[in-house]
Amino acid sequence: MSETSVKPGCPVAGERKVFMTGNEAVCWAALAAGAEIMYGYPITPQNEIMHYWTRNVPKFGRRFLQTEDELSAGFTTIGGVLAGRRAFTATAGPGNVLMQEPLSMAEAMRIPVVVVIQQRGGPSTATVIYSQQEVTLTCFGGNGEGLRIVYSTSSLQDLYDYTIKAFNTAWKYRFPTFVLGDGYQAKMRESLNIYDPAARGIDMVPTEPFVGKPGKIGEGREAAHLRNAYSVEEELEVAMARDTSEYERVTPEIIEYDSYNTEGADIVVIAHGIVFRSAAMAVRELAGQGKKVGYFRPITLRPFPREQLQQAVARAKMLLVAESAYGQLLKLVKENLYGGPCNLPIKTILRPGVGITPEEVTEACNALLDGKGA
Amino acid sequence: MSKPVKIALAGEGGQGVQSVAQILMDAAALEGKEALYIPNFGIEQRGGVSIAFVQIGDEKIGAPKFKIGDIVIALSDRAVRRTQMYVGPQTLFVYDSGIQGVEGDLPKNAKQVLAIPALEIATKKLKPRVFNILIMGAVIGATHVVTLDKAKESIEKRLGYKFEKNPELRELDFKALQEGINLVAGMGVS
Amino acid sequence: MAVEMELQPKMPKCWNLATKPHKFCPGCGHGLILKALGQAIDDLGIQDRVVFGCDIGCSLLAWDFFNMDTVQAHHGRATPVMVGLKRANPELIVIAYMGDGGGYAIGSQHLVNAANRNDKITMILANNTNYAMTGGQMAPTTMPGQKTETTPYGRDVKEDGYPMLGPEMVAAITHEGTYVARGTVSKLLTLKSYLKKALENQISGRGFSFVEVLSTCPTNWRTNAEQTWAFLEQTMQEFFPVGELKVPPEAAAPTAPPGAVEGEGE
Ligand SMILES: Cc1ncc(C[n+]2csc(CCOP(=O)(O)OP(=O)(O)O)c2C)c(N)n1
Ligand code: SF4
Ligand SMILES: [Mg+2]
Repeated sequence: MSETSVKPGCPVAGERKVFMTGNEAVCWAALAAGAEIMYGYPITPQNEIMHYWTRNVPKFGRRFLQTEDELSAGFTTIGGVLAGRRAFTATAGPGNVLMQEPLSMAEAMRIPVVVVIQQRGGPSTATVIYSQQEVTLTCFGGNGEGLRIVYSTSSLQDLYDYTIKAFNTAWKYRFPTFVLGDGYQAKMRESLNIYDPAARGIDMVPTEPFVGKPGKIGEGREAAHLRNAYSVEEELEVAMARDTSEYERVTPEIIEYDSYNTEGADIVVIAHGIVFRSAAMAVRELAGQGKKVGYFRPITLRPFPREQLQQAVARAKMLLVAESAYGQLLKLVKENLYGGPCNLPIKTILRPGVGITPEEVTEACNALLDGKGA
Repeated sequence: MSKPVKIALAGEGGQGVQSVAQILMDAAALEGKEALYIPNFGIEQRGGVSIAFVQIGDEKIGAPKFKIGDIVIALSDRAVRRTQMYVGPQTLFVYDSGIQGVEGDLPKNAKQVLAIPALEIATKKLKPRVFNILIMGAVIGATHVVTLDKAKESIEKRLGYKFEKNPELRELDFKALQEGINLVAGMGVS
Repeated sequence: MAVEMELQPKMPKCWNLATKPHKFCPGCGHGLILKALGQAIDDLGIQDRVVFGCDIGCSLLAWDFFNMDTVQAHHGRATPVMVGLKRANPELIVIAYMGDGGGYAIGSQHLVNAANRNDKITMILANNTNYAMTGGQMAPTTMPGQKTETTPYGRDVKEDGYPMLGPEMVAAITHEGTYVARGTVSKLLTLKSYLKKALENQISGRGFSFVEVLSTCPTNWRTNAEQTWAFLEQTMQEFFPVGELKVPPEAAAPTAPPGAVEGEGE
């Protein structure tokens, strides 16, 4: 394999507090993580990831290819990974739809691509602004079983942290890994700490080429024959059994969540991504007033922290699911309550493509606590 | 928990509302405060009204956009109409008194509606180009989200390269800032 | 008959013996193309540096055809996978191998844009005038009047247009450094020389290389050996002229001129 062109040293020295946009944060995280090549096709609201990346390409010895569409962006990213590079792409909305084809190949062939999604309104072109409507697509898109890892971020700090982490998760477990942000996080500016992973003791999982390894075929190495098509059902069965059991085995290591005050809570608010911030603010305020309210936030939407959710709501009287979609998180919650407290009443704030403020969550909780709307 | 101050600034492209938002945001950072700024963008902004949503507080900000602002500033007729939706009983609504034909469109549910002769002062006393800094002064005067010192430091940070070539501009900007503060102070807004 | 006979003699060194005899139908052109390609790779001594990308289509059967690193992609997507690989590691020699459906229909945007960017890859496209793997539907290259499963009364050019002229298009949209040719499985020596030049063009870093190969599909054409040959040699070649369309000056070594008579077999 050819030497990497990446210049030595981390583009982010040590650690410092900055105010920047989410797209900028993703770019710096990818640079800091040692990502070597990005492939992409323009779509709002992720464009600035490419813009910042291309500006930094010469300085840090990285590479970029603007492709003809997102099919190509996904498949070229696969090519980059096959060459043994930390390769990534970013997209949104209709681009995420096209991205599912290459992603299903990555899933089938266990190719550790990293994809950043900045969700926009849907269906169709809808808005370029914001939503949480790409949850189902990102978790389960493609003609497969959703053997992928999806981190839902709720702040620019998360975007930075989980972009770095995504490269490690992908290369460690060899499942395609998504950082699921949104247009708000992409475009907004707030404070975060950016850092050299090494300065925090984070080791980057080494990469290796799948093809084009050094040495002569038949002498130092065997030829790699990588496929995604099988002649008979039984072959597929073996491959799927291997991959699904592997996915289940590593799930406990991968799942992440956050919860607060769920012990004595009558109402547990469930939210992810940026809506979680509103949920957390509302819940903390209400809890501060002595009200029996807690929250649960799945950070990995896939795999989903099922047992942790069941535990968190075990003593609740009611759940409140808040999301900027018409029931995509809700579906995950219901599915993952099965076998646990699955008869709990679930109230919802469902706002496809529109933000949810802390005040709205507070109001909904208060109404439920007062027995209104229950 | 103290709530952040929510500011919506709206105007035509070129009126500089996004740069005011950025300078405010930087000033808040210098102050050691938490701040969150998000512009409207994309199709929404093409040929439309440019809006900056800024929140400044002592703790991390919750949702990036808000339903009702503490202060909503509209700098064009279209902006006056477009920003109605962000006005509620706690809102101070500020618009430029030079905007024609919006009397019927002014919000009826605001805490206070204020017309300020910002463009007139900028044009007559100073230079039209410092209009947006004068607006920033008005925001600071009405909300005290950042101190005058940090506001100046932040202007210096962002526009310093221009001041080097043209030191008069610094004086002009700082004057505009003060004019903006005075403008709302004189109007009985603390 | 020539097609079958040619499969018998010496196998290229870079073939994967364990998977021979191969899985293509008897009389299929794919095997011939991959034979010429294998010989070209042997001649150039690049087996260890090549990554062979096959598509979905009958080319998918070639996923273990060579004793070389091989990546099977999706229908139409061998091109972007190879583009991505080459961009990430320019020292590799990458080959995107596909059918006419993969290259000219579902993956046409990849062909056009890889050509336009002058990506340093080698694309080889088997033109068998139909979608073979899916059972013989119309392809962009289906001949006027040709019957397929989706043109049961023959391709009506008024409804479905004329066969796609791929190399002509690629030649028209590309600039210096590009190698473009159309070969045929009926002239394997010439084909081999085209494929060699296409690979050399990549190795030398000059640019994009594209070779369409007129191929046979007796299974879906429902032809016997004689009819197969006639369709390839007459019907197809009347519409699809064989020869080099674009040769970078540095690469212009003498080869058999277009249309030159060549002994069958070798
Ligand atoms: C996205 C997608 N659409 C459709 C198919 C089904 N499909 C498999 S092979 C093929 C056509 C192959 O024709 P061609 O590319 O000409 O190759 P040939 O089999 O003729 O060599 C099609 C349509 C697919 N695999 N993927
Ligand atoms: S169906 Fe046609 S193209 Fe496919 S292997 Fe058989 S003869 Fe070859
Ligand atoms: Mg075909």
